[in-house]
Amino acid sequence: MSAATAPAGAVEACFHCGLAVPAGSSYSVVVDGVERPMCCPGCRAVAMAIIDQGLDDYYRHREGHGVNPEAFSPISAEESRSFDDEEIQRGFTRCDPDGIKRATLSIEGISCAACAWLIERQLRRRPGVIDVSVHLGSHRAQLAWDPSKAKLSELLAAVTEVGYLAHPFQPDREEQYACDQQRRMLRRLGVAGLGMMQVMMYAVGLYAGSFQGIDDRYRLLLHWVSLIVTTPVVFYAASPFFTNALRDLRSRQLGMDVPVAIAIGGAYLASVGSMWRGAGEVYFDSVCMFTFFLLLGRYLEARMRRRSDEFSRRLLRGAPRTARRIGPTGEEIVACRLLVPGDWIRVREGEVIPADGVIVEGRSAVDEALLTGEPLPHPRLPGDPVIGGSQNIESPLVISVTRTGANSTLASIVALLDRAQAERPATVRAADRAARIFVAVVLGLTAAVTFYWWHAQPDRAFAIGLALLVSTCPCALSLATPAALAAATNGLARTGLLVSRGHVLEGLARISDFVFDKTGTLTRGELELVAVRPLGAESESECVEIARALEEHSSHPIARAFARWSGPEMRREDGSSPAPKTFCSETATSTGSGLSGRIRGVEYRIGRADWALSLIPGGSVPTFDEADCAVLLVGERAPLAWFGFRDELRPGAARLIERLRRRGVRPHLLTGDPSPGATRVADRLGIERARGGASPAEKLAYVRDLQASGAVIAMAGDGVNDAPVLAAAQISIAMGGGSDLTRSRADSVLLEDDLDALGDAVAWSHKTRRVIRQNLAWALLYNLTILPLAGMGWVAPYAAAIGMSLSSLLVVGNALRLGDVRVSK
Amino acid sequence: MNILFVLIPLGLALLGLAIWGFIWAVNNDQFEDLDRAAHSILFDDDPIAPESSDKPGDESA
Repeated sequence: MSAATAPAGAVEACFHCGLAVPAGSSYSVVVDGVERPMCCPGCRAVAMAIIDQGLDDYYRHREGHGVNPEAFSPISAEESRSFDDEEIQRGFTRCDPDGIKRATLSIEGISCAACAWLIERQLRRRPGVIDVSVHLGSHRAQLAWDPSKAKLSELLAAVTEVGYLAHPFQPDREEQYACDQQRRMLRRLGVAGLGMMQVMMYAVGLYAGSFQGIDDRYRLLLHWVSLIVTTPVVFYAASPFFTNALRDLRSRQLGMDVPVAIAIGGAYLASVGSMWRGAGEVYFDSVCMFTFFLLLGRYLEARMRRRSDEFSRRLLRGAPRTARRIGPTGEEIVACRLLVPGDWIRVREGEVIPADGVIVEGRSAVDEALLTGEPLPHPRLPGDPVIGGSQNIESPLVISVTRTGANSTLASIVALLDRAQAERPATVRAADRAARIFVAVVLGLTAAVTFYWWHAQPDRAFAIGLALLVSTCPCALSLATPAALAAATNGLARTGLLVSRGHVLEGLARISDFVFDKTGTLTRGELELVAVRPLGAESESECVEIARALEEHSSHPIARAFARWSGPEMRREDGSSPAPKTFCSETATSTGSGLSGRIRGVEYRIGRADWALSLIPGGSVPTFDEADCAVLLVGERAPLAWFGFRDELRPGAARLIERLRRRGVRPHLLTGDPSPGATRVADRLGIERARGGASPAEKLAYVRDLQASGAVIAMAGDGVNDAPVLAAAQISIAMGGGSDLTRSRADSVLLEDDLDALGDAVAWSHKTRRVIRQNLAWALLYNLTILPLAGMGWVAPYAAAIGMSLSSLLVVGNALRLGDVRVSK
Repeated sequence: MNILFVLIPLGLALLGLAIWGFIWAVNNDQFEDLDRAAHSILFDDDPIAPESSDKPGDESA
């Protein structure tokens, strides 16, 4: 298999994860008698664990490389132990009467069936594990274990050992409901399908009988068995059509289900009536077939939606949230929902703040990017408020909780979001309205035609009216749109855009304005080092090396920018090994100002200009304004260099704007970031309409104003602050790296944050619309042709059945052309 | 042709059996993961059987 081929050429790829092996590294593991290179100790440990336990089948059958274990953000030992706690376990486990516990785990790093096999085998051999089954599609595992023999944290560690990351997951009620719903639909589909096959067979006998003559008692037998088989199809499989139609009628609306229910119910009752009278036609075969094809269309649509929901839920880290509460007996880990105002909690650096509060002790920088759109962390001192959901960057904080649950800032944004969603613009519902008009026309036409025949030829009136009703809502017509949407959705999912609501593909072809959030959408929300201006004798690369050493242990965005930077001087001729490492001692953080430290005995400071300069009495530097944000590096004797940063644009951002403009779509930039950097990003991309410093409510007003002037809006965003606007826009696209809230409410999710996929989607939506039109045109043409012919009795029943099936196949075949999106590039 | 009076009810019984089997399969998650089963043939069987007989999961659908 592909995994066994060693790449030729100078750079070797790690056998486990497929990343390049750094020059000079000598890790290797013997797999199947061949020595394989490994890139890092992490991969080697995983590979050894797999080989030592006799699980090398994994390497033989896998379809792609594993994930480098360093890519996972690990669960701390403390958090992992907290999963063994009874109180916390209650949130995500079920306990059987015999003491067996069951939990759902979410597993990161699964890519193929070999992964699933590996994890199952690894867990199954642990003592205490009763049962485990890994579900490939949703990246989940169902685990049942005996808590007296095994601890959950140990089982999670066993999964980590073979190179995956498992954490407990609590399926929400919505998901459980979707799962049950899917099963119900599948059961109905099965009953309708099996029933249809059987009734069609009886129908062949009846048709043949009507040509060659048939004994009355045989015909009666076939009628009776058809009735027996059709009855559960109508009353069980087709029951949702009846309940939906009833609901529509009660709310005085005409949905698609009204004529469907009338057709199915009417045809069934008419057939029973014919049998009762012993004369006339029976339509059991039409009833079953009609039900089956309609259910099939709906099932496919629901499956497509569930699959994309699954994809986006996979991104959620559904682990139960915990907090460190400072109690009378010391620090304890408790579930977040148990926090009450007045509690004191400790939040370590790098952790997410679990609730709104006020800082009691400690000073740090807090990253609120997901809440406000500002890319730079804010310095926060004792007494300052912090918002739940933001991230603590620099140092530990003690926080007094002020608001939790429904009163918190996060919850108030959710409320705004719910309201925006409820007031969705009417354009989204245009499809529903069109369907209502169509249904009204169909019902009117049927009534008129039946009335006419009632006077002309009373005995044929019912049959013709029914034929009209059935053929105006036939399989081809009902499959035309869902089949095309399903195929295009699958194609787009492969390029990285998950569509969870059907109107996205149709709608993207109609948009007039595309509104983007800045941080995290058009830009990475990560700073990029774009300019170095040395002020003294040291060269550019020396300055960067010093700065890098100072910033090494910080997780501030500026430090990450240094860690990523590899200017031309940083690389040696051989291409890989970086310059010798400089080490820094006595590093200290001065919150809101910068960092100081000692390198080879010399003290340095990096940070805000006035603070850094205060190291040298009377020092001064030339001003620097080449970038969105700048820091100064100062040595004991002289200032060394200015570093300029800017918010890094995503690759493909410029391309996307260009593609949109060519289609006549106006791009807008709408961001919560008040800094001038916001408008500079717009300038760089050539977006004329840009607005910075907008609160969620202002963003919402901006989009509403546009909509009031007739614009159809697509909106892409990532943060919690974007969620209300996303809900208001006709089409909403959430970034895969965005907040859970935004992703779960958006119409579609951009998985890999690849903006090119968005451009593809817009192009693809036009093609999808074309295919849907072709399909509808064909279906209508077929129906309009067959309708008068059938109405005049010129089409034999079997010919109509064959024609209907061929028509459906043609429509589905045409739709399948939409499956491969990348062909267009 | 009287045989039809036996064969058709027999067919009906088989249909009932098929529907029962299908519903059983749906309720037992047989259709939940269609990709896994296709690959499972490639892997060796588990030599270590779990010590308690692996009874199927609870039936609450």
